[in-house]
Amino acid sequence: MTLEISGLSLSRGGRPVLRDVSAAFAPGSVSVILGPNGAGKSTLLDAMAGLRAADAGTVRLNGVALADMPHRERARRIGYLPQGGEVHWNLRVHELVALGRLPHRGAFAGESGADRAAIARAMAAADVAALADRPVLALSGGERARVLLARVLAGEPELLLADEPLANLDPRHAVDALRLFRRAADAGAAVVLVLHDLQAAARAADQLLLLADGHCLAQGDPAEVLTPALLAEAYGLEMLVRQDAEAGLIVAPKVV
Amino acid sequence: MRRAQLIALLALGTVATFLLSLMAGKVWIAPWGLAAGTPEALVMAELRLPRALLGLVIGAMLGASGAVLQGYLRNPLADAGVLGVSANAAFGAVLALFLGLSATPLLVAAFGMGGAVAAMALLALLAGRSASATGFVLAGVVLSSLAAALTALLISLAPNPFALEEIVTWLMGALTDRGWPQLWVVTPFAALGLGLLMLTGRALDALALGEAAARSLGVDLRATRWLVIAGTGLGVGAAVSVTGVVGFVGLIVPHLLRPFAGERPSALILPSALGGAILLLLADSLVRLSPGAGELKLGIAMALLGAPFFLWLLWRKRELIP
Repeated sequence: MTLEISGLSLSRGGRPVLRDVSAAFAPGSVSVILGPNGAGKSTLLDAMAGLRAADAGTVRLNGVALADMPHRERARRIGYLPQGGEVHWNLRVHELVALGRLPHRGAFAGESGADRAAIARAMAAADVAALADRPVLALSGGERARVLLARVLAGEPELLLADEPLANLDPRHAVDALRLFRRAADAGAAVVLVLHDLQAAARAADQLLLLADGHCLAQGDPAEVLTPALLAEAYGLEMLVRQDAEAGLIVAPKVV
Repeated sequence: MRRAQLIALLALGTVATFLLSLMAGKVWIAPWGLAAGTPEALVMAELRLPRALLGLVIGAMLGASGAVLQGYLRNPLADAGVLGVSANAAFGAVLALFLGLSATPLLVAAFGMGGAVAAMALLALLAGRSASATGFVLAGVVLSSLAAALTALLISLAPNPFALEEIVTWLMGALTDRGWPQLWVVTPFAALGLGLLMLTGRALDALALGEAAARSLGVDLRATRWLVIAGTGLGVGAAVSVTGVVGFVGLIVPHLLRPFAGERPSALILPSALGGAILLLLADSLVRLSPGAGELKLGIAMALLGAPFFLWLLWRKRELIP
């Protein structure tokens, strides 16, 4: 399931947020969108999820423009995890994870055997099976983030979009989550994450997209994009980039 | 408690309170073994039966609309009464009475539905701008006050004391002296409204994750909004045009049922319809038993019961409301 963006421009409230962005996201790969606050990362992800109409340019899933795709089909193919972890009712964990199967269920049908199996797989993968009967609002921030991750995995999407999925996760669960995204990619999904953590991005990504002020500053594998020059241009901050035998690429701001 | 058990229990409760409503009054009448032509049989057929059926239909409508509005607005304080939908329906109906249309219940209902749909549409527009829980309740306060002021204006302009008395008595909210004609007017619209509201269940569940996630799950927010506006507008509008304002049913019932039915909005709609019917039938039976020559108006009784409940909710949830 390849997602192709070409010449995408988008404005919000008269202010241009994305300018002429083009990129392709292939099945089996993990891509990470990076950039400073207000660079347009979340807007780009929304457009890729088909939730925001473009002023110019197209977003195509296997050659079909998202704008022309029926809601249900789009929802079955694309899983989208918004940032912020919004949950409004005190649902049980298993009820919340089951929401990920909504687009797969017939109009008035209950959960099928396939739905239940997918829910169980997703809960096991996100390590929340033990929380199944707990009320969501009683969970810790990290537990809730994992439950929401299980929700999006339960839909078994071909394109998985997640906006800052590592916020609220401790280092171990962050690494676990990145492994989970890798496994989803290995199973054939195209995975696209918006991250703030450069270190995590370096570790997780096959492809990086560095956005600054609405346009794509650089695109490529981590070693190509995470260079002191490009990072300084994007963030306005001097960065240190080192290759470490055990930790891989280390990226950190310089101590002045 | 399993869902099927809960619904069976509520259905049983509905039958029981329906029977109670047939029997209760200044004179107790058993609904069985009545000889045709006796005064008791007449009271049963022309007064008690339509009144109990009205209580059933209107209670179900108000209960279900409360569950749906709370789910749609993701706000446990939502209710047709609190949000001013009922007050605007009442204004519409009073306008019809003012214009001398009281002889045609269908027109009064149409005016009531017009008022309710307008109020719902305004609230839904606000919902589209993702206002906070407090914002909604405030918008409801404004809509209620506006409707109350316009209603008061019509009362002060009433052409004669009879029209005035008709309006004022009707406004207090009651099932008294309503009969078959009112039942025939309200039932089709309440059934249609309930049907439309039932269709929103899946969208309401998805909205628990916020609007962006709900849309990504294939929910058509615009269609959902219209279902909620039309369902609430038709159902509550028709109900209010017959009974006057009977508030708080839609607020209280979903709250009482959440501990048993769970918090998933779609799982609450049918139980809230049954619970609403039980609450209204019970309250209407109790007001008929109130001592004194007349009877306590149902709308007043529900407000006396509901307002403290609302305050208690505000108190208990105060740290949850942004």
